[in-house]
Amino acid sequence: MKILLSWLNEFADFGTDTESLSDALTSLGMPVEEVIESGSRLQGVVVAQVLRTERHPDAEKVHRVYVTTDGVNELHVWCGAFNMSAGDKIPLATLGTTMPDGRQILKRGILGIDSEGMLCSAKELELNEDHGGIFILPSHLPLGVELFDALGATTDTIFDIDLTRNRPECWGHLGVARDLAAHLAVPFQAKKIDVHTAPVHKVDINIASQDACGRFTATVVKNIAVRPSPQWLQDRLSRSGMRSINNVVDASNFVMLELNQPTHAYDLNAVQSGFRVRFALPQETLVTLDGATRELDPTDIVIANGEDTAIGLGGVMGGLDSEVTPATTEIVLEAAWFPADTVLESAARHGLRSEASARFERGVDPFGAEYAASRFIEILQITCPDLVVCGSSQVVANNTCPQQLTQVTLRLSQVLRVLGVSLNATEVHELIWPIGFVVADQKDGNALVGIPSWRPDCTSEVDIIEEIARHYGYDALGKSVPHSPVHGRLSGVQQRRRLVHEVMVEAGWCEAMPNPFLDPSSTRLAGIDDGAQLALVNPLVAEESVLRVSLRPGLLRAIAYNQSHRVDNIHLYEVGHVYPRGSSGALPDEEEMLCVMSVDSDGKDLSALSTWNLLVDALGIGAQIDQKNPPAGFHPGRSATLRRGKTIIGAIGEISPVVLKQHGITGRVSCMELSLSTVLREEPKAVAAKTVSRYPSSDVDLAFVVPNTVSAFDIHRAVRQGAGALAVSVDLFDIYRGKGVSDDSRSLAFRIRLQAPDRTLTDEEVAAARQKSIDAVAKLGAQLRA
Amino acid sequence: MTSPVPFVEQIAAVVDVSLKTIAALASSEEVAQAAPGLVGKKSALSQLKSSMGSITDSEERKSAGQALHAAQTSVDAALAAKKSECEATEMAAQLLREQIDITEHLVAGTTRGRLHLVTQATQRLEDVFIGLGFQVAEGPEVESDFYNFEALNMPKSHPARSMWDTLFVESEEPGSVVLRTHTSPVQIRVMQNWPPPIYAIMPGRVFRRDTPDATHMPVFHQIEGLVIDRNITFKDLAGTIEAFTKAFFGDDFTSRLRPSYFPFTEPSAEFDIRRANGSWIELGGCGMVHPDVLRAGGLDPEEWSGFAFGFGIDRMAKERHNVEDIREMYTNDLRFLRQFSS
Repeated sequence: MKILLSWLNEFADFGTDTESLSDALTSLGMPVEEVIESGSRLQGVVVAQVLRTERHPDAEKVHRVYVTTDGVNELHVWCGAFNMSAGDKIPLATLGTTMPDGRQILKRGILGIDSEGMLCSAKELELNEDHGGIFILPSHLPLGVELFDALGATTDTIFDIDLTRNRPECWGHLGVARDLAAHLAVPFQAKKIDVHTAPVHKVDINIASQDACGRFTATVVKNIAVRPSPQWLQDRLSRSGMRSINNVVDASNFVMLELNQPTHAYDLNAVQSGFRVRFALPQETLVTLDGATRELDPTDIVIANGEDTAIGLGGVMGGLDSEVTPATTEIVLEAAWFPADTVLESAARHGLRSEASARFERGVDPFGAEYAASRFIEILQITCPDLVVCGSSQVVANNTCPQQLTQVTLRLSQVLRVLGVSLNATEVHELIWPIGFVVADQKDGNALVGIPSWRPDCTSEVDIIEEIARHYGYDALGKSVPHSPVHGRLSGVQQRRRLVHEVMVEAGWCEAMPNPFLDPSSTRLAGIDDGAQLALVNPLVAEESVLRVSLRPGLLRAIAYNQSHRVDNIHLYEVGHVYPRGSSGALPDEEEMLCVMSVDSDGKDLSALSTWNLLVDALGIGAQIDQKNPPAGFHPGRSATLRRGKTIIGAIGEISPVVLKQHGITGRVSCMELSLSTVLREEPKAVAAKTVSRYPSSDVDLAFVVPNTVSAFDIHRAVRQGAGALAVSVDLFDIYRGKGVSDDSRSLAFRIRLQAPDRTLTDEEVAAARQKSIDAVAKLGAQLRA
Repeated sequence: MTSPVPFVEQIAAVVDVSLKTIAALASSEEVAQAAPGLVGKKSALSQLKSSMGSITDSEERKSAGQALHAAQTSVDAALAAKKSECEATEMAAQLLREQIDITEHLVAGTTRGRLHLVTQATQRLEDVFIGLGFQVAEGPEVESDFYNFEALNMPKSHPARSMWDTLFVESEEPGSVVLRTHTSPVQIRVMQNWPPPIYAIMPGRVFRRDTPDATHMPVFHQIEGLVIDRNITFKDLAGTIEAFTKAFFGDDFTSRLRPSYFPFTEPSAEFDIRRANGSWIELGGCGMVHPDVLRAGGLDPEEWSGFAFGFGIDRMAKERHNVEDIREMYTNDLRFLRQFSS
């Protein structure tokens, strides 16, 4: 929202200190994003007249121009443009003038002949982009006068304000000025306007659909002429971000920018039969001012004429056929109030957010129409001094129109409770009457607060408390720190999630954050079932239009990206949510997952596997390593499902070469995927200490020939179970494939350390444990290696 | 015939030879080899000792004994001195020989991994708030319309909904499931599930239908704070923001609140923090929890009051590390990620 200082100053004397005004606006909740100085402040360029021009035999590209600024004295200037002749009025930059580009006008000429100034193009004066020659001025401009004064150009300071949704009245300069004047305690006055009404000519108004319109006023104005607006008014509009059209439309827009009341001027000929306000009929169409044919919806507000032909889309935009034209001499001004939500939906439906609809959807003062119409006439009188106002008619739809004064009970105790400061009714009154609130003390600790009709956003006690706080000053309220009776800490799940991150970082993984939105094909390309994949209704782009059901597609893409940028030693992990379609209820079965992926050229990189071991150790968790049911998207011979009975909690191993090929990834990719939602929930029990035995230990080394179909895990478990309680550790210390071992087997060598807590073991005990281990392993089909 | 050499002179001669031999030894290995011949049982001195019995004169034997003892002591000492001299020389040589360039082993740098900048910032924020007596709450990223809007005082078609460009997820009832546009729905879930008093922060991922640019991502992170207690006022909000500012940024930072608008708080404010150099940074939004929001969370606004605040985590990370373009934090380029040790 662009707010002009000159405009504000019409309501109160705010001075010119733009920095402190900026701060004041910001502290009222109207943050100033930018302060723009607009209009030229150039001094020293005056209106001059060409007396004669002369060529110089030695100067080909320039000529000599003799000008005067007082009609008497002659000044000589060199000039490179030839578009002027004797009698033309032209801008002369006098000696010593600093031009907008920083150049200073000096006496130095050429060929030993001085130049006593410079003639300027429009571009050199930053008036427009025209640099085709010297700017020829209108002939009526008085000689010797500062050019910008002569042109009637103005300067202004523009505050670009980021307005919040709760301050509809600030969409007009009046509202901003009122708030600012209250804050700065300067007298504020909205002008009183006397409108002289002559012969009465009223148009009929019929609000046919009571829900469509709360109030509708129509003012007939005759004897007008459509012409351009004065320069200062055009400047106001353009600095507010609107285009000047003609004096009638400009006056309407001016009033809107000043009072936040949209109005619309019709050619009287189009509405001689009166107005009919209703909702649109089925299949009804309207050509709006922008030339577009709109198919109307039965919830659109239609302004129709007495013949029931649509002539405007209520609160949004007028119709093309009833527009004011250059030939118009009689107009009707509509100033009305429409329900905010109806206008909001209508504007959204037609993709037609106009200055008017933006204001109606936020809330316009239902009782501002008459004042706005008066102000419109006052502005129009500037260009049409002979206009005649023929009276106005108004109709109210009582059920739709808000009350003129809403009253809300304010408990002073509640002011203290919310703001922490104690205020009595008088103090509250002092704070908010300058912005239109009326406070009456009820003597029972309550005050009755009347809310001004231009503040439709204020409807409840807390809304008033906010206004009190704004004008008391947020800073002035003070600060205190509440003492938390709660023990600040991470929950168990959160502590364990931190632990997971720590393990990852120590193990060399870098955390990635891939986009959780995927291309619909990404999941399938990663070899994963996409049946539970949910789509976004309104994605930004098709490549990001479904919600992920696995972290793998994102990490695969990240790997491909890094490989294509020649990055080595790729170890990436992610902790993030997946969002498969919900098995019950409307929300997905959101799950927090961990996924790690590393690239490895020779298949010897075990980091994903060792990371699983680190997590098992750190979190005290476990899972069956089910290699018989390889997970989808993984290498079937080099992967396992992590499961607990029927519950799958993750997957581990190498990504399928087929998947890697699809992603253009070279080498092998080692991966581990784990449901953190499942494992972080588990609170590990504190480990009970075992006293370290002080008796000697004995080691037994056993090597077994184990068929490839039997897992090392199972053999290890069998060895440990066979050795029994005396085994303090069982380590796999050698794996051998090759000569002496058949191709379908390998040799696994274990070292069993046996020790008793209370005695030295006998040879018999050691031998028995050894034999039991051998027997247990034999049951799995593995033999002691000869 | 020559007269027999006097015993004492014999001793002197052996000492002389022994000391010369010792002086010629060049390594601890030679010392070890020579030692038996010099001080062992078969050494010349030992032989002289065993021949002392042939001296009959007691005086002469006594003085011979003393001379022999002195000789033994001096040879022992010389040998020990030689031994340590050789060992010292050899150790010095060994140390010289074993010299390495330590930096050869440091050039490669760490193989430690990295936390994402957003995770680092989140953890730092969590730690500061934990110190201020807050707990950490979490909620789903895909939310119902109720939690994301309705319970936050934005009934259906409330105009303020347009403050957030919302991404919708397919659902049986169109428009009823959204990607949460802020972490505020967790406020409602916490109010519904935790008995007050509540001092909680809620960090997490949020989503907006924004085209990515240098300062915006459609997927980013926020942290939300919620305090619900008896007699919580606006002053407590301002004081908590100030306490956080000093704890997180440093003692020379201050904060200010200025009026703003959010449907779920009233009075509402934006909060800015002021750097030591006097410049302000806009940080986030806050305010007193709106009575309608307390009701939606199942709390009686006449009994409980509170405040809430929230701000972006990504931006904190961006500011801290001078990341020029926020999109860079989401390329997952290891050359970028590896820069930031955690």
